Amino acid sequence: MSLLIGALTLGFIFSLIALGVLISFRVFSFPDITADGSSTLGAAVAAILLVNHVHPALATAAGFAGGFLAGALTGMLATKCRINGLLSGILVMTGLYSVNLRIMGRSNVSLSGASTLADFAERAGGALIGRTTFNAMGWEVASREASILLAAIAFIALAGCVMYVFFQTSLGTAMRATGDNSQMVRALGVSDDNMIILGLAVSNGLVGLGGALLAQYQRFADVQMGIGMVVWGLASVIIGEALVGTRSLGLSITGAVMGSVLFRLLVAIALRMGLNPNDLKLATAVFVFLALVAPSLLKRLKPFGHKLAGAPNA
Amino acid sequence: MLDIAGVNKTFNTGTPNELRALRGIDLKVLDGSFVVVIGTNGSGKSTLLNAVAGSFLVDSGAIKVAGNDITRWAEWRRAKFIGRVFQNPFSGTAASMSIAENLALAAYRGKRRGVSWLLGKGLLSSMRERVRELNMGLEDRLKNAIGSLSGGQRQALTLLMATWLRPQVLLLDEHTAALDPKSADQVIALTDAIVKRENLTALMVTHSMQQAASLGDRLIMMHRGQLIQDFCGAEKKRLRPEDLMARFEEVRRAELLDESAAAMLRRMYV
Repeated sequence: MSLLIGALTLGFIFSLIALGVLISFRVFSFPDITADGSSTLGAAVAAILLVNHVHPALATAAGFAGGFLAGALTGMLATKCRINGLLSGILVMTGLYSVNLRIMGRSNVSLSGASTLADFAERAGGALIGRTTFNAMGWEVASREASILLAAIAFIALAGCVMYVFFQTSLGTAMRATGDNSQMVRALGVSDDNMIILGLAVSNGLVGLGGALLAQYQRFADVQMGIGMVVWGLASVIIGEALVGTRSLGLSITGAVMGSVLFRLLVAIALRMGLNPNDLKLATAVFVFLALVAPSLLKRLKPFGHKLAGAPNA
Repeated sequence: MLDIAGVNKTFNTGTPNELRALRGIDLKVLDGSFVVVIGTNGSGKSTLLNAVAGSFLVDSGAIKVAGNDITRWAEWRRAKFIGRVFQNPFSGTAASMSIAENLALAAYRGKRRGVSWLLGKGLLSSMRERVRELNMGLEDRLKNAIGSLSGGQRQALTLLMATWLRPQVLLLDEHTAALDPKSADQVIALTDAIVKRENLTALMVTHSMQQAASLGDRLIMMHRGQLIQDFCGAEKKRLRPEDLMARFEEVRRAELLDESAAAMLRRMYV
């Protein structure tokens, strides 16, 4: 049970990264891989502030701000300096590795003594439930784990709603239109460059926020923790699209969160069944690869199927 | 008023593909004037419109709209004054977004975009009103994605978007060239109606001699990056498609003459 709750909590925290990837890859069609660096940046900033007794809410917000700035930088490289989008992300991500080490002062910062948002959630949950464990449908559940999970769900629900509303505002709609048709957006008086910069900033802000929450949940920040984040986020987005489709932004947001949770559950099951944790990133990469080529493979098979179905009439 | 003075533009400067697309263009378009632009392929018609719209910056000369020198302005900034309809129906609208969202984006042309809710009740009802005037039955489909519409419907909506807020200058770049004849006629009738009703200042590039003769109150002809003919007022009114075809033929012959003369000179001197 503890394993399940842990996987769910991780899934919800990671869904912030999926939402960030949703913005860059899907809304803007921008292959932004800054997230590998900005997630660590969010974690590093939050961790070092927490160690220095800054309020957890403030430290978490600072994690968002760190990611936001990193994303804005990638956007500026891509638009103002006309550097290829993928390369812009690589440059910022690579640079961030050193920045993160500088911020943390070492490669790993432990949060074991610090007060975190997870502690807040535990205390609030503990006060509400009043016992250390409770019975949920026949399962013994630790109330501190349950309260962290509930807090994570509430946090993500709020973030998803804010994101949904934002993309319906006149600024947010202009951002979506930029990803669809930048020529039109310029003709309607919007700087597509500024939209891309702001969009990548928001995207990486969410990723940084995810990093900050992850660090508080697992009680440490590590300079290597961001490796593979983009692919994880992309995997979640793809699973989400398979689950609910892409008809509207609201569905895409819901799908990305669901995809992230489902993906974490699959990972937990795979690890439980004996997958070597070292092979996890390879497995993820192969999964994303299959998800990317499957649609075109199916399409190539389809006309053949039609021919077979239509054969009796011909 | 649109004032283009001494504008030059050369593409691929210093390469074998160097192209002098605009050569000393001087053009003053008075308020409320509807100017038709015609010319041979590669004469610089579209380049002229793109220079005004800011798709690129000109090498020299000045472009002013309503007294503002916009010569060095970025494309998106100029949109405050300029409405545009493109040749490609896909260029003017965001396919994945709804009709309402596209129109609402246009309702903010040149204005600051904040985090206020985009589709208010007031905007939606005025949208239904103005879309009904298109007579395409789209007023009940405002929530549908624009990508599901035909090219003609998309161009009609792009025209509505370009003129939702009254532009100082309306640029129409062969906006019916990619449409079937029936849709083209529909969009042209709509263009004429809107330009007349709003008394817009407009520049329209066309390949159709029919359109060129029947629309607008002024016609300019371009050739090799220069303005070679300018018909105004009564002279423009008298023009028939045949006159324009004849004029094109003259230009073509002069071209041949130039080349044969050059060949003759080469034989004599080289």
